[in-house]
Amino acid sequence: MRNVIRAAGDLTLAGVSSIGMLALLLWLSGYPVGDSLSALWRGAFGSWSVLASGTLVRATPMLFAGLAVALAFRAGILNIGAEGQLLTGASAAAAVAITLPASMGLAGAALALCAGVLAGGLWAAVAAVLRQRFGVLEVISTIMLNVIALNVTGLLVRGPLQEATRTFPQSDMVDAALRLPRLVAGTRLHAGVALAIGSALALAWFLRATAPGFRLRMTGANPRAAASAGGIDVSRVSLLAFIASGALAGLGGAVEVTGVTYALYENLSPGYGYTAIAVALLARLNPSAAIGSALVFGALEAGASAMQRDAQVPAGMVGVVEACVILVLVASEWVGGKAGWGRSLNRGGPPQQFGPAAPHDDAASAADRSTSEARA
Amino acid sequence: MTAAPLADFLEASIRSATPLLFAALGETVAERSGVINVGLEGAIIVGCLAGLATSTTLGPEAGLLAAGLAGVAIAAIFAIVAIGMAADQIITGTAITMLGLGLTGTLYRVLYGDSGAALSAPTLEPLGVPALEQIPVLGRALFRQPLPTYLALALVPAVWWWLYRTQSGLSLRATGENPAAALASGIAPRRIQTVAVLFGGLCGGLAGGTLVLAQVGTFAEGMSAGRGFVAIAIVALGRWNPVGAMMAALLFGMASALQFLFQALSLDVPYQIFLALPYLLTLVALALTRGRYAAPAALGSRNGAAR
Amino acid sequence: MVLPPGADRAVTTAVPRLALESITRHYGPVVALDEASLTLRAGEVHALLGENGAGKSTLMKIAFGLEQPDRGTIRIDGTSVTLRSPRSAMQHGIGMVQQHFALVDAMTVAENVALGSTARLDLDEVATQIRAISAASGLVIDPDALVRDLPVGAQQRVEIIKALSRETSILILDEPTAVLAPQEVAELLAWTRRFADGGGTVVLIAHKLHEVLRVANRVTVLRRGRVVLTAPAAEVTARSLADAMLGGGQHTPDTTARRDVTHTLPGDGRQPRPVLELRNVTVRDAAGVERLRAASITIAAGEVVGIAAVEGAGQHELLRVMSGRLHPSSGEVHLPPAIGFVPEDRHREAVVLDATLIENVALRGAGTRRGLMAWTSLRTDTEAVMATRDVRAETAAVMMRTLSGGNQQKLVLGRELASSPQALVVENPTRGLDILATEDVHTALRAARDAGTAVVVYSSDLDEVLALADRVLVVTGGQLRAVGHDREAVGRAMLAGGS
Repeated sequence: MRNVIRAAGDLTLAGVSSIGMLALLLWLSGYPVGDSLSALWRGAFGSWSVLASGTLVRATPMLFAGLAVALAFRAGILNIGAEGQLLTGASAAAAVAITLPASMGLAGAALALCAGVLAGGLWAAVAAVLRQRFGVLEVISTIMLNVIALNVTGLLVRGPLQEATRTFPQSDMVDAALRLPRLVAGTRLHAGVALAIGSALALAWFLRATAPGFRLRMTGANPRAAASAGGIDVSRVSLLAFIASGALAGLGGAVEVTGVTYALYENLSPGYGYTAIAVALLARLNPSAAIGSALVFGALEAGASAMQRDAQVPAGMVGVVEACVILVLVASEWVGGKAGWGRSLNRGGPPQQFGPAAPHDDAASAADRSTSEARA
Repeated sequence: MTAAPLADFLEASIRSATPLLFAALGETVAERSGVINVGLEGAIIVGCLAGLATSTTLGPEAGLLAAGLAGVAIAAIFAIVAIGMAADQIITGTAITMLGLGLTGTLYRVLYGDSGAALSAPTLEPLGVPALEQIPVLGRALFRQPLPTYLALALVPAVWWWLYRTQSGLSLRATGENPAAALASGIAPRRIQTVAVLFGGLCGGLAGGTLVLAQVGTFAEGMSAGRGFVAIAIVALGRWNPVGAMMAALLFGMASALQFLFQALSLDVPYQIFLALPYLLTLVALALTRGRYAAPAALGSRNGAAR
Repeated sequence: MVLPPGADRAVTTAVPRLALESITRHYGPVVALDEASLTLRAGEVHALLGENGAGKSTLMKIAFGLEQPDRGTIRIDGTSVTLRSPRSAMQHGIGMVQQHFALVDAMTVAENVALGSTARLDLDEVATQIRAISAASGLVIDPDALVRDLPVGAQQRVEIIKALSRETSILILDEPTAVLAPQEVAELLAWTRRFADGGGTVVLIAHKLHEVLRVANRVTVLRRGRVVLTAPAAEVTARSLADAMLGGGQHTPDTTARRDVTHTLPGDGRQPRPVLELRNVTVRDAAGVERLRAASITIAAGEVVGIAAVEGAGQHELLRVMSGRLHPSSGEVHLPPAIGFVPEDRHREAVVLDATLIENVALRGAGTRRGLMAWTSLRTDTEAVMATRDVRAETAAVMMRTLSGGNQQKLVLGRELASSPQALVVENPTRGLDILATEDVHTALRAARDAGTAVVVYSSDLDEVLALADRVLVVTGGQLRAVGHDREAVGRAMLAGGS
């Protein structure tokens, strides 16, 4: 609960500071601050249709990928590979959706989503196995798998999945019957948005209330204690968490293909997997709070397009703002003096190799400081 | 196969490898001090723009210098947050990359207009080494390259000497292995890490400058195209050693040069295969050597420097 | 200053080499040092004593520039100085060997010694220098060895040689004997004496009185951050020092006295009921080295079995096999269904610092729990543990990190005992705890034994083992054997096959 309150505080801080930062940047680069900001607002929240078709739709892949990152970080896994997992998920979903007959309808769409989940999970499993069996740091392997996934997608849309006319590097369109249904007629608000919000709430419940969720959190917070004091099979928990994380990102890619783009493109993701890190952190790795933080970033992106269109402000400026939001959050943690999400982002790493304990523990010096407390 | 395409291929390999080598050398130093800077991509792209902007008025040599300084500037932000405030390095680095990409995209439009007009910068021409450049096949690749290539190659032994043969190199490596021990030995770990990160930024900026001033001749949004991440792979494949980094950079350079070779030979092979191949190779190499053990022990650790 | 005639080794320098005057240091609301003063003279071994948490390490970290005082003055040879970092302390000739060695595992001895030096790097020259120091001091070490390959005692020598290579004249040794075998302790203490006799100054932080009294010229005792006694070593006795450390003699530090209260084994002719049994158990580590060799042991309900061993003798593995945390490479193991385990490295192995007390209690059995977490009843369980074990915390929902070491340990012990396990294995259960928390832990262990639990205790403090155990087993070189309850006999046995 405390985390949710803190996350709400962060969201406000992030919102205010990003608007302030943006205003400053606009002013510095000589754009009309008021006009640009109002274009941003109109583009993000100006009307129901803008909110539904723009902000919410933009926020959806960020939320899926953000949940993937939050889940992995909570388990102590530094999955920087949401981008690649999202792309493989999108590719698999596209492959299934354009192959299946239109007559399958919603069931076909569901199959495509399943394919995305599977592919994303498998892509993460590569990094998970590399970490567990071969000791390759997941930070490095997932970065590489991202590039490989991007190139594989590039190959697919030029090769086996290229459109029948073979003109552009993109796949054929998914048949209308196999697309995710629209939630509100006249908007682009698709069923995937609800699925994302549902996933966030379900993940929050899973972590808080279930025994496997508890095992995952304890493994992330201190793998050795989880194994020794809790009898938890930490390698198994990490492996499953890593795969689940990839599956969530893969689902995000599949939803994007079946709900928004209806086709596979090379540049399907403008870096959702990286923005996801900011989404997850802003939410203090809390899945339900991630709904809010994905909305903030979705609004920024949607607003940025409007700003570019209406006030000719380069959309890249929003990237600057996003980066500054992250840096402000990190700095506020430092200024506050207390580790907030920095602490929950545990860097436990894989379970330690078995071996004799170090001759001294940090506990001794910590105790040196704290024993007078005990007496007081 | 005739000699010409092969010579072209080798020349292109070294050319493609040069920015990667710069970036990887800088990142090797940073990682050896225990700091993983995922913001390298940001340093490269600001180097690109600074190189272009300066080169149009002051010439390409000044452009290269400006590129390096721009890299230092953005690395300084990383250093303040990730070292000064002991924030998570991966998160900070990700933010720095976003910052660099966003900032250059914005600035480019602000400076040169909305059209993003194809602005071309004066470039650094290849400098031939008399006689040696005439060597068949290899001559052009090794001895007829623009200034940055020679600079990058000269940097390899220099960095090696620094890391393994000097007191400050010893301190730097010790900081990357055990910052608390370094501190207790009278070393200032944060200062060392800051220097290492700034050096990494310098090299990243030079990589960007090389890209614009010795290769492309113009700027495009996002033209760094993931080279910062490639460099991180190269550092790992090179086992955190400058000489290893050189070999690995060359390998990645060859992979991207293969597409030119195949074009020259009119072979219809999708180039993505060759772009992805070195990453696969790196993963396999890391897996086979159990990469973890070659990495500095304190790599990426928060509050690594204790205080 | 005139030394009393009783001082057996006269120290004659008028101006102290190092003077710490009225040092005060707070950590948040906690006062670690309260106007503590200490003077060190050339040519003396100065013992700094005190219970855990008395402020010894903090005071010495201030002297070494690792911590800054809130108030107070530091003088070197009479001149006031500011020690901002270890570097500035070293420039004044101060060196320190911390409890946690400050060595880089992946580097060689020579590289470690060269580390932080201001000279140009020349490893050959450093190796020559190391050999010269070895020859002069008797501290022998191979300059080319990798530190991670060296045993603990050798690593300590590296630390000392590193300090000596900087022309250190004031050497602070923080609990140097804790990691050493008795033989090594004797050698180290003899060396400190020689170093001081050569004009150097040594500060020995310790809490074992008999060791330091043999070599120290003077003794300073800290209690709760204040200096309560400074006296020539010849004028104090183990008893008077213990009174000073503990405050007015309300506790008897001579733990062997507690043997009077040890429980007598069921002697009514019935066989004690065995609950835990190891038969020919062998453990090999990843490198294939036998850490434990053909160990056999049977432990009965209602007894405390003490394990005595020097560092790295195989007790680490033995305890983990007995607590079901490690599967042996070969041999037969019969364990009861429920075993409690309290490992020595609490923060790494026993608790999750950034989780609530409830979650930490819920951790036990987490591996096999299914379905939903019963948070309400887990909170009740936690509150029960806190009440029984006197764990001081605001609520059960506070973070583990906010508790003092003693309270953390009591919660761990309470958690492990909550399910009334048939066996309880504890490893250095009072390391880092103050005397009151230590008492509580000892009481809890005895109570568990009396309630019929089979208790296994290992402590690196032999006196603690002897005080708690009904019978003592010694591990040497991976082998387990029974010896009597006699301190001398146990001590000899520990060293017999020692590493």
